[in-house]
Amino acid sequence: MTLLEHQGKAILAAAGLPVPPGVVSLNEAEAAAAAVRFGPVVVKAQVPAGGRGKAGGIRFAGDAAAAGRAARALLGSTIAGHTVGAVLVEPRLDIVRETYAAVVADPATRGPLILFGPQGGVDIEAIAAADGGALRRLPVDILDGPGPDALAGLVPESPAVAQVLAGLYRVWRQQRAVLVEVNPLALLADGSLVAADCKIVPDGVEAAEDGRPTPLERQARALGLQFVELDGRVGVLANGAGLTMATLDMVCHFGGDPANFLEIGGDAYTKARAALELLLAKPGLRSLVVNFCGAYARTDVMAGGVVEAWQALAPTIPVFFSVHGTGEDEAVALIGARLGITPFERAEDAVRAAVEAAR
Amino acid sequence: MILTRQDRVLVWGITGRQASFWTGHMIASGTRVVGGVHPARAGEIHLDLPVVASGRDLGFDVALLFVPPAAVLAAAADAIEAGARLLAILAEHVPLHDVLTVHALARRAGTRVVGPNTAGLVTPGAGFAGIMPAFNDRVFRPGAVGVVSRSGSLGTLICLELVRAGLGQSAFIGIGGDPVPGTSFRDALAALAADARTRAIVLVGEIGGAQEQEAAAFAQTMTKPVVAFIAGASAPPGRRMGHAGAIISGAGAGHAAKRAALERAGVRVAATPGEVPALVLAALTGSTEGEGS
Repeated sequence: MTLLEHQGKAILAAAGLPVPPGVVSLNEAEAAAAAVRFGPVVVKAQVPAGGRGKAGGIRFAGDAAAAGRAARALLGSTIAGHTVGAVLVEPRLDIVRETYAAVVADPATRGPLILFGPQGGVDIEAIAAADGGALRRLPVDILDGPGPDALAGLVPESPAVAQVLAGLYRVWRQQRAVLVEVNPLALLADGSLVAADCKIVPDGVEAAEDGRPTPLERQARALGLQFVELDGRVGVLANGAGLTMATLDMVCHFGGDPANFLEIGGDAYTKARAALELLLAKPGLRSLVVNFCGAYARTDVMAGGVVEAWQALAPTIPVFFSVHGTGEDEAVALIGARLGITPFERAEDAVRAAVEAAR
Repeated sequence: MILTRQDRVLVWGITGRQASFWTGHMIASGTRVVGGVHPARAGEIHLDLPVVASGRDLGFDVALLFVPPAAVLAAAADAIEAGARLLAILAEHVPLHDVLTVHALARRAGTRVVGPNTAGLVTPGAGFAGIMPAFNDRVFRPGAVGVVSRSGSLGTLICLELVRAGLGQSAFIGIGGDPVPGTSFRDALAALAADARTRAIVLVGEIGGAQEQEAAAFAQTMTKPVVAFIAGASAPPGRRMGHAGAIISGAGAGHAAKRAALERAGVRVAATPGEVPALVLAALTGSTEGEGS
């Protein structure tokens, strides 16, 4: 999960990087008190999502009363899909120029990449897409770190910016982060630089997770399973992300509507029973296709879990199997003996049958 | 990164349950496994092979890492320092900064990295290193089609469809689902383009990242035909589908953009895995028709 802006800024400040003074406020009174201290302020909803400003999550306030009103409006509201639990109140900055700074991992060079854009701001994606050259790129050797000369070469016009970039790289390394982004890195009227916003994405399997899981998705996550609920009627159980996606694609290709993404690849292949019980709890299922192609995931172990779940819950929907790869002979024998079902020879025929049965 | 019969394979973490299962299959398939590495169990014999403390204790060509994600950096550093020509990392969820450090060490030493999160390498008839059902002759048979895949399970399905259609494989290269893979589609295409036994190539991609586009640009320069299947046509944008690398995060990461880039480069893109063999056969016979099976 992306860190909240105020959490990111605390990390930047601890690393000696310039951030605006600010107060995290949980209620109207705290926000108003902060405005008394700062004068004209900006009140910013603390949600882990981009596009906050466009979603109405950033309000300007000229005095304490206005700051209180802004906080009251934001707190508890939903901005970009997230409930606002806190606002950050900062003095309004006199920005003369917005630039963009970030540190990411670059798949092309297989190393860190420092990015600097002389034009930053809310439309940075559009700017970068329209003109790739607008973003300057400095690939870094992770064993050496970025040299001062390389940083100076990236931003020859501003030693101060080069210094901030060096600091952001240090933070990226210390936090073992996926992303550290400051947008905008603002040049103020008094000539100083400040990180007006901050986004830090820590490493870990949850980093790219969607913020609003359904109850079933939450249960799946607690079991260490990847589950995404969809609107369709054809349930899909497969192993491995690639095969599961391809199975969903086949369901759509043959005119059906998948009910879910649920994969039990990797070490989750031993959790077939729990996975299937979860899936069968989803209302509106009309049929199920089980598509196993065992590589690391042993199909005999997965089939054992499926058979147990099926016999325990005795669902009334029809199920169609295709089972190949590691352990396939044992798996096919087990499904035949315990469920009286012969798997289809081809995955596509199993999918087609499940689509047909859901009509 | 094509495994040969001569390659000496050394297995880090060989004593684990999964490593033992797969190493046993590797040996039975003719792979030249020379031993295993486990610092705490050096001196033991496991699967009739010597267990050593470090890669420096035994001559080898290919390092196969069966260790858990947190142990990958140390094992990889050992393998690289010992002179591994090729390093295959099976673990998923290796910390990003560890992955980048491995890549930097490997670059300095001239070691080719495959993975992380790779299903491994298979050369039917010669052996395999990894976690693919290479011992199942319904999935793998010697032939002339090079298969390169991010996913092990989907790669298995594609190989199965090829064998069912009477086509075998010259090599399988699993590049893995990590966001920063050591070997890209482009690298694998280049290896298969130079491989004498490979006459056609199947690229098995999925949504997320921009590797397929990079591969498309390279495919345009190749004389061998390339057929592709890209998983994720039906994936809703913004939802992560398993692999960390497979989130549709921006322009170009989606299915339509990848398909368009590949087709512009002359790559035939199958609508389903089952369509792949017909497209390969059509490409090999020089036909321009390649629809459906």
